[in-house]
Amino acid sequence: MMQANSKPSLAALPLRIFIKLGVLPFFLIAAIVIFTIAAPNFLSPQNLINVARQSVYLVLVSLGQMLVLISGGFDLSVGTVIALSSVVSALAMTWAAQIFPDTVWLVILIGASAGFAVALIVGAVNGIGVALFDVSPFIMTLGVSSVGTGLALFLTGGVPVSGLPFAFGDTFGFGRVFGVPVPVVIAVIAILAMWVLMARTRVGARIYAVGGNIKAAHLSAINTRGVLILVYGLCAVIAALTGLLLTARVESGDANLGGTIAMESIAACVIAGVSLRGGIGRVENVVLGAFFIILVQNGMNLAQVSSYMQMVLIGLLLILAVIFDQLRYRMIVKG
Amino acid sequence: MTSKPLLQARGLSKAYPGVLALDAVDFDLYAGELHVLFGENGAGKSTMISLLAGANTPTSGTIEIRGEPVQFASVADAQAKGIHTVFQEFSLIPTMSVAQNMFLGHEPGLGPFLSPRAMRQRAKKILSDLSFDIDPDMTVARLSRAQQQMVEIAKAMQGDLSVLILDEPTASLTDREVDQLFEVIARLKSEGVGIIYISHRVHEFERIAERVTVLRDGAHIGTAPMADMTEQSLVDMMAGREIRDIYPTIAHRPGEVILDVQGLGAPGIEHASFQVRRGEVLGVAGLVGSGKSRLFRSVMGLNPTHAGQVRFKGQDVTGAQTRKLVKAGAWYLSPDRKHEGLILAETPQVNLVMDLMAEGGPLLRLRQLGTRAAEIFGHVELPESYRARVVGKLSGGNQQKVLFGKAFGHEADLYIFDEPTVGVDMGTRAALYRLIAELAEAGKAVVVISSDLPEVMNLAHRAIVLANGKITAELPREDLREDIVLRYFFDQPGASQQTQKDTEGSPA
Repeated sequence: MMQANSKPSLAALPLRIFIKLGVLPFFLIAAIVIFTIAAPNFLSPQNLINVARQSVYLVLVSLGQMLVLISGGFDLSVGTVIALSSVVSALAMTWAAQIFPDTVWLVILIGASAGFAVALIVGAVNGIGVALFDVSPFIMTLGVSSVGTGLALFLTGGVPVSGLPFAFGDTFGFGRVFGVPVPVVIAVIAILAMWVLMARTRVGARIYAVGGNIKAAHLSAINTRGVLILVYGLCAVIAALTGLLLTARVESGDANLGGTIAMESIAACVIAGVSLRGGIGRVENVVLGAFFIILVQNGMNLAQVSSYMQMVLIGLLLILAVIFDQLRYRMIVKG
Repeated sequence: MTSKPLLQARGLSKAYPGVLALDAVDFDLYAGELHVLFGENGAGKSTMISLLAGANTPTSGTIEIRGEPVQFASVADAQAKGIHTVFQEFSLIPTMSVAQNMFLGHEPGLGPFLSPRAMRQRAKKILSDLSFDIDPDMTVARLSRAQQQMVEIAKAMQGDLSVLILDEPTASLTDREVDQLFEVIARLKSEGVGIIYISHRVHEFERIAERVTVLRDGAHIGTAPMADMTEQSLVDMMAGREIRDIYPTIAHRPGEVILDVQGLGAPGIEHASFQVRRGEVLGVAGLVGSGKSRLFRSVMGLNPTHAGQVRFKGQDVTGAQTRKLVKAGAWYLSPDRKHEGLILAETPQVNLVMDLMAEGGPLLRLRQLGTRAAEIFGHVELPESYRARVVGKLSGGNQQKVLFGKAFGHEADLYIFDEPTVGVDMGTRAALYRLIAELAEAGKAVVVISSDLPEVMNLAHRAIVLANGKITAELPREDLREDIVLRYFFDQPGASQQTQKDTEGSPA
């Protein structure tokens, strides 16, 4: 004990950073160093803008996933919500386009509303199962993701839904505002809103409380069930937003969108120091965490690592991050 | 007491399937009064306060506040009426800051938005009003148990506080902190707050209580002014029989040294040396956090060791795996039966089979195990009607009997009992002490680690005392007197007062 205290503070700095921010800063530095050496064009502005644009989708989903993780659960059905909202909104748009062929924006509004509505249903089912029936979040969201994927494939027969209004893809997939891609603008707005929610509102404080100790939160007069349902609902809505942006990008409703995003979003959060036990996690770190994963994928592409090996590496990174999370939690709780 | 009561409960009952936890209890509380609820574990005190705090709804009966009937659907409802509760199980979020915890559920701010600065300032004000030296920005997980207790109390000090319910508030506090708490209580009383206070520690609350209500088996036994009661009369009322001596006399026939610890260094333990002999009860005393539990957890391989030597039956077992030690004949009874001791969702029998199945082949001989389990449960006096129930639903005392049953399921030579009677009622304690006596008299080596000093003084043939991770004394039976033992609870012998002041001054 005495030795630890008398150590110079400079040597303890990495440890302090680790306790405060988690393993992410170290991972980021390592990734930047490794890929800069392996791929010379990795640090070029062109490539970094590319990474920013590509990371929008994972950043958004990770923000929703973060909410659920902080509340002490997790959501495996985010990919399904993306697929389902993509398919349902595309079907709604093609249907509405026949009725109101001249009002493109009304068609897009109807499509988007349908996408969000179906996400709300999925989120509510998850939330009610977890909060009211005490189903473990793992089983609940796993079951729901099977149901949702099945429905999305059933609705489309497995074939992508095409024939969406051009304005949809032009605006939300490829559009720019003052030179900034629209998806990036939307992501920035979502990040700011989420930061305010978690750091500056009562609702945010209650989500942290429920994840930190649900019994204590209950005794502190917090509606814990309401908080859980809200969290799953919000997560699904954010996933649906992602689904719509992806639909605009590929210009069709596709039941195969979002296939690997559940795992990637959990990995992004955990790498960013969100505790799997709930109660701990910061918006700004999660954004960096998602950015980090896209950065690694991009770097591996540039360094010509095969996509199969990329899966191996992402999986290993996730496990490593969880191990560091365990160590960090011990340090935080035991002081 | 001619004025109207602040809070009045009439015929309050709570029935759970198969159990009447509270049976038509009347209770009232006046402004500025401290009213103690006294009774054994399972007497209905916790049920009673859960009804008054809004954490539970009564099956029948009424609650009135200032003559107005009320019904609480939630803790928030009760808080809105000015009833705040400090529960025994902490209602703090370990990952959040002190200030965040204090305002949980009613954070200051505008509309949906928080105002962290206002929250900090108000937290600081409340803490300094209470003269609690706690940083509002500190994460709760980093606070000591006593500090967490203070935060719990600070958390209740807001809004219009008219009734404060304190459930065992001094359980983890030092004497100095208790004095501090009592000052706060005195001030609240003078401000007209009514206090409901649950505690077993008569010598503490007799200083501050106006009245005391005794419960037994869910029924109201009596209410009397504290001035008319003594510790003995209260204990007799609580138990419904006279308990003069619950401690057995244990024959002392010390045999060979079975556990020999030399210069042990471990997390929170410095250079500990002691021996345990067959046929002898070694007591281990010290404050909460003195390291008395950590020391034996390191001996048992549950915590790491980094210096010294542990020899068990002549063999070097320093840092050995727990499993190996248990196989070699050392048994450790955890103080935390809910997390480390029992499988709460299973029956006593299944809990015991885990220990009995250690011997024999790969297949379980269920009938034989069943007979053996029944024998053991008979021996530890676990009533037959409880044996088929899920352990989590048993009272603390019966859970502890199951845990003792596990000890008897092993043919061990060394039994380490860490807080063997924590949360156990008087009647059961006497039974558990008889079992401890029986083991020692059968030539086993027994260690009793306890924060309950009378328990150590009455059971041990010899005792070691720990303070700040060091063994400060080894005392023979004749020196096991409260005044002598307490001297060693602080680091320097004979200077306990001064040591206390020193710790007060330093921020750690």
